[in-house]
Amino acid sequence: MADETMDLTLRVWRQNGPDDKGRFEEYAAEGISPHSSFLEMLDQVNERLIHQGKEPIAFDSDCREGICGTCGFVVNGQAHGPEPATTVCQLHMRNFSDGDTITIEPWRAKAFPVIKDLVVDREAFDRIISAGGYVSVGTGPKPDANAVKVPKPISDKAFDSAACIGCGACVAACPNAAASLFTGAKITHLALLPQGRPERGQRVKNMVHQMEEEGFGNCSNIGECEAVCPKEISVSNIAKMKREYLRALFTDS
Amino acid sequence: MTTLDPNVPDGPLHKKWDNRREELKLVAPNNKKKHNIIVVGTGLAGASAAATLGELGYNVKSFCIQDSPRRAHSIAAQGGINATKNYPNDGDSIWRLFYDTIKGGDFRSRESNTYRLAQVAGNIIDQAVAQGVPFAREYGGELANRSFGGAQVSRTFYARGQTGQQLLLGAYQALQRQVERGKVQMYPRREMLDLVVVDGKARGIITRNLVTGEMERHAGDAVVLCSGGYGRVYFLSTNAFNSNATAAWRCHKRGAMFANPCYVQIHPTCIPQSGDYQSKLTLMSESLRNDGRVWVPKNKEDCSKPPEQIPEEDRDYYLERRYPAFGNLVPRDVASRNAKYVCDEGRSVGRGGARAVYLDFRDAIEEQGREAIKDKYGNLFHMYEKITDEDPYEVPMRIYPAVHYTMGGLWVDYNLMSNLDGLFVAGEANFSDHGANRLGASALMQGLADGYFIVPHTVGDYLARHRPDPMRPDHNKFDQCEEETRQHIQKMMDVGKNGSRTVIEIYRELGKLMYDKVGVSRTKEGLEEAREEIRELRDQFWNDVKIPGEADNYNKMLEVAGRLADFLELAEVMAMDASEREESCGCHFREEYQSDDGEAARNDDEFTNVFAWDYKDEGEWEKHVEDLEFENVELSTRSYK
Repeated sequence: MADETMDLTLRVWRQNGPDDKGRFEEYAAEGISPHSSFLEMLDQVNERLIHQGKEPIAFDSDCREGICGTCGFVVNGQAHGPEPATTVCQLHMRNFSDGDTITIEPWRAKAFPVIKDLVVDREAFDRIISAGGYVSVGTGPKPDANAVKVPKPISDKAFDSAACIGCGACVAACPNAAASLFTGAKITHLALLPQGRPERGQRVKNMVHQMEEEGFGNCSNIGECEAVCPKEISVSNIAKMKREYLRALFTDS
Repeated sequence: MTTLDPNVPDGPLHKKWDNRREELKLVAPNNKKKHNIIVVGTGLAGASAAATLGELGYNVKSFCIQDSPRRAHSIAAQGGINATKNYPNDGDSIWRLFYDTIKGGDFRSRESNTYRLAQVAGNIIDQAVAQGVPFAREYGGELANRSFGGAQVSRTFYARGQTGQQLLLGAYQALQRQVERGKVQMYPRREMLDLVVVDGKARGIITRNLVTGEMERHAGDAVVLCSGGYGRVYFLSTNAFNSNATAAWRCHKRGAMFANPCYVQIHPTCIPQSGDYQSKLTLMSESLRNDGRVWVPKNKEDCSKPPEQIPEEDRDYYLERRYPAFGNLVPRDVASRNAKYVCDEGRSVGRGGARAVYLDFRDAIEEQGREAIKDKYGNLFHMYEKITDEDPYEVPMRIYPAVHYTMGGLWVDYNLMSNLDGLFVAGEANFSDHGANRLGASALMQGLADGYFIVPHTVGDYLARHRPDPMRPDHNKFDQCEEETRQHIQKMMDVGKNGSRTVIEIYRELGKLMYDKVGVSRTKEGLEEAREEIRELRDQFWNDVKIPGEADNYNKMLEVAGRLADFLELAEVMAMDASEREESCGCHFREEYQSDDGEAARNDDEFTNVFAWDYKDEGEWEKHVEDLEFENVELSTRSYK
């Protein structure tokens, strides 16, 4: 409001559907408050485009507080932009300077086809979960929640893995477009907990198989995924996935 | 005006749910697979209902507007989930949770529903743990509990500040398991735009594919609506950008009654608006009020000074002053109302003219040390600094109330079925359990109670009793509904080609008017003005809205326009409901009805009831009433002085 504003140039990827070739287009983003979020900056650009009778830039977002995992695109070559441990909805314009040119493009991966502009299809992630990312219990009477104790350090570690928001930044940042961090995080979460143990072997085999079916690449231990992850999921989840896989090959459970 | 029958089972309060379950008719296992059930929404209520119905053997179709069911807005709930496990041995019981909930709702909810909620809450925790939900634990390996929102017992289970996320992922994973088994068919990026009613029974829905714009028909034997609340009618709220009331509203226009639309919870501790580009408000957990002190300057002239330059004697700790017993821990509605009053008096401390009050940790840091405060609130302080660029260890936080949750919703009976046969409503979308105000950590509890433990049984009973004939999507009712939906969209696009005001411009105006006149504090005059202004805005929308793009592909602004069109109708019945409820209760505060010392004054003689609105025509409703009977609790007056 009283604060000074900034003028920026945006280079935005525009693509009309999976079959369109796509191209960068330039837009001026003027009078932007440094306190607005990156998505609110795009909202303002879109309002002006609509007034000019042009199509607004399509992007996905929902909770706008960094937890639903809906938003995400590449800002100046970095998934979710320059601020560590931050989704693009929580990235604020004070991280940029007046006069900057900002390049914005969608997650690029074979398994994430572009729907429009910055919007991609991430249903492959849901299919990986369907392949085994759960504990097979039905609804109904269960043992008392305190019947099985879980040591706090184990429970905390399981939580660290379960904190994944499924945004897909790890895939976008990986030169191989691998989904190993996403898949490894779920495998680790459930393998650590006693409730997830009975199915751990079958789970890792099925989920890894599905990951490959979807066309994600192989992990070659580069670590870009961890660097961009807004929830700071550690690459050790990938190592755990590999150990679980080996274990499953040599044991029955 | 007719009186509605809530279909409450016989027997003493604690036996009612058992009695009902014993009466419920069952569907034989080999017949379950002959029934198709539609579940709309994949938040806690929808995902848990769809997963459980699929497990039972029904054919389920599950719909969500998000790109994945895992992203529904339940994911954003921070604080926790209540349950009466009494693990800390501090005297909790089903009765106490029930009583706290019904008192917190200011005696405007249905006794039997609220009691059942408290009864099944413990099962939710067992269920979630069995699924692998990583709740917080003590070093001994048992589950941790905390006290929340001023409760006298520690009954809240939590997973750091991401309890909603972890519970939703548990339900989502159960849902994906049924997808793998072929019992649930998942339809993401679909928006429900109409309910198909045949011979008075809900028999299907019309959806729009949000990627291709195609209209789709889905027929079934029952529809379970779990589409969330309507807080986004205020534009700015803690709800997600896409949260909306369209699915519920279209059901309402097909005959489902809307109950208590004026009950809206406005949460006192949110990060204030920072500019007119703002798209949402972020909640800061109310646990902050355990240690933070709320104040504004005594003198208007001091409002623009940096807080550290305002001497102690010139600060007004207005909650401590007015409510010496509870101080900064007064309930949400009281804290919100008082923040509004001091800002109305011109004592706001927001940046650049925004409305805000201080939440100051200076004294707590002095007494307990910076490390102790960091331990308790480190992640919240970090989030605050990320958004505002101000360090709350050094300068007081600025906070302001924001719309957070809607207690009103579609009317349902004890079985969670609306007045339309075969239309069930669960979670925030229904009205039944929280009365005029919801307690902290009770939304997650209700969503999962409805979805895992109630709806799957009552839907079965409905199917067993009614034995609906198979329904096909080529029935002429589907033709008619699809055609009407198509025309509605075409009409918007036609106006939208030549209009001059963007969807967001009109939407912001609606939000502001609702917040000012149908918000924290209401008057008869303001509500009547609001109704008039809502109508004008609705006219403006239908004559001058500008919508870009086409209807046959991904078009976010067309989606938002459709939701806004419905909010422009819903807003009016909210104002009308607030106007006709001539009392103050819970979150509904009418300035005309207050005690001598400025507190909410209920009128139990006339308003111990539910208003359920029956849609007649645009801007016209018929009011129905459900009388609330309190056989087990005595109606008392809340006092926090």
